[in-house]
Amino acid sequence: MTTLLTTDQMASFVANGYLRFDAAVPAAINEQAMVELPLLLHSWLAQLMGSHVAGDAAPITMPSGTTLADAYSPDSAIGRMLAVPVIAGAVASLVGEHPVFDHHFAHLKRPHDPSSQLLHCDAIVDRNTAFDIQLFWFPHDVEPGAGGTRFVPGSHLRQAAANDVARYQHLVGEQYFSGPAGTVLIFHHGLWHAGAPNDSDRQRVMGKIRLNPTEPQVRMWDLSDLDARNSSREHVFATTDATQVATILRQRQPWYSEQAYRHELVQRSKLWRYLSGDAQFDLDWYLTRQQLRSGLEVTM
Amino acid sequence: MKPDQRQQVLFLWLAEPSLSSAVLAWAFYDGTDGRGPQPTGEQPYADGIAAMGDGWRVFQVSQQQRPIAGEEHLNAHLVNEFVLERLIDTL
Repeated sequence: MTTLLTTDQMASFVANGYLRFDAAVPAAINEQAMVELPLLLHSWLAQLMGSHVAGDAAPITMPSGTTLADAYSPDSAIGRMLAVPVIAGAVASLVGEHPVFDHHFAHLKRPHDPSSQLLHCDAIVDRNTAFDIQLFWFPHDVEPGAGGTRFVPGSHLRQAAANDVARYQHLVGEQYFSGPAGTVLIFHHGLWHAGAPNDSDRQRVMGKIRLNPTEPQVRMWDLSDLDARNSSREHVFATTDATQVATILRQRQPWYSEQAYRHELVQRSKLWRYLSGDAQFDLDWYLTRQQLRSGLEVTM
Repeated sequence: MKPDQRQQVLFLWLAEPSLSSAVLAWAFYDGTDGRGPQPTGEQPYADGIAAMGDGWRVFQVSQQQRPIAGEEHLNAHLVNEFVLERLIDTL
């Protein structure tokens, strides 16, 4: 049993680059994660340093490309978290029924650690419209200032690699996660983020899992209201209908310049075309007017 | 620069190519090791002119680039980058 994403949630993901599920994971699974996530980190470190010895438990990390269904024991903390209906439904809506494991990591932030990661995006510049997702699972309460991940809404469709964006210490509208135990953030792989200082007395534990789709990410969410809300003629300078999905897709981040915002709308339109299977979808006529003119010119 | 002076650098990314436009992002790098005045508040200045009025000197402005053909609608780094400095006596 899964709970698929709504059209509103999908549109919000396209516009902002993330979804948030507060306290979605039950307490018993979170408690299990507080034991298993540190072990995951230690296992990875031991493997990396070649210090696994006979008699040790097998490394917990599986090869990239392992089918997600085969990647985790159903009894493991991550396996149980991924089976929570709202999480399973979100994963299925975004990357389909047959994603594969890319990698995972346990991020442990010591108490009173003032250091912060530089702002970055994972991996390299990626020109594909198809996207990976990254789940950030916080199995305990995270108070403000207690090491909750910093992230920049609406940064996911920019062309940047790794620490290219490290110079940006402060952006208007950026967020530092805080929230209740069992909260899961799901990021588009391009979203800018960074580990943050932990001013609390408690070690901050977070599990990150990256998944790759293996099928076109087309029309996989709860589509019951999509056709009625997917007008391709939404134009803020002509006619608009607030019930249309365009209203969500137009959400603007306070760190955008006007020029950048318009380009973001173009990129969001292209992503929504991919997800909805509607090759004519547009926001504010930017793509449509160019398409209308594209066949008119004489070759010079 | 005097021997006991140290540089503080302020990066501002503004909403438009004009220095009078609003701050969208900022960063502060301190060559005084904390001995000089520090930015205060969530956002130290509303726009570039306000920073100049507080003693910051503009020493670099990002160039305006012609878009690359085929990539006109792609966003990457923040544009409208202004770099400002002030020199602090550390004695």
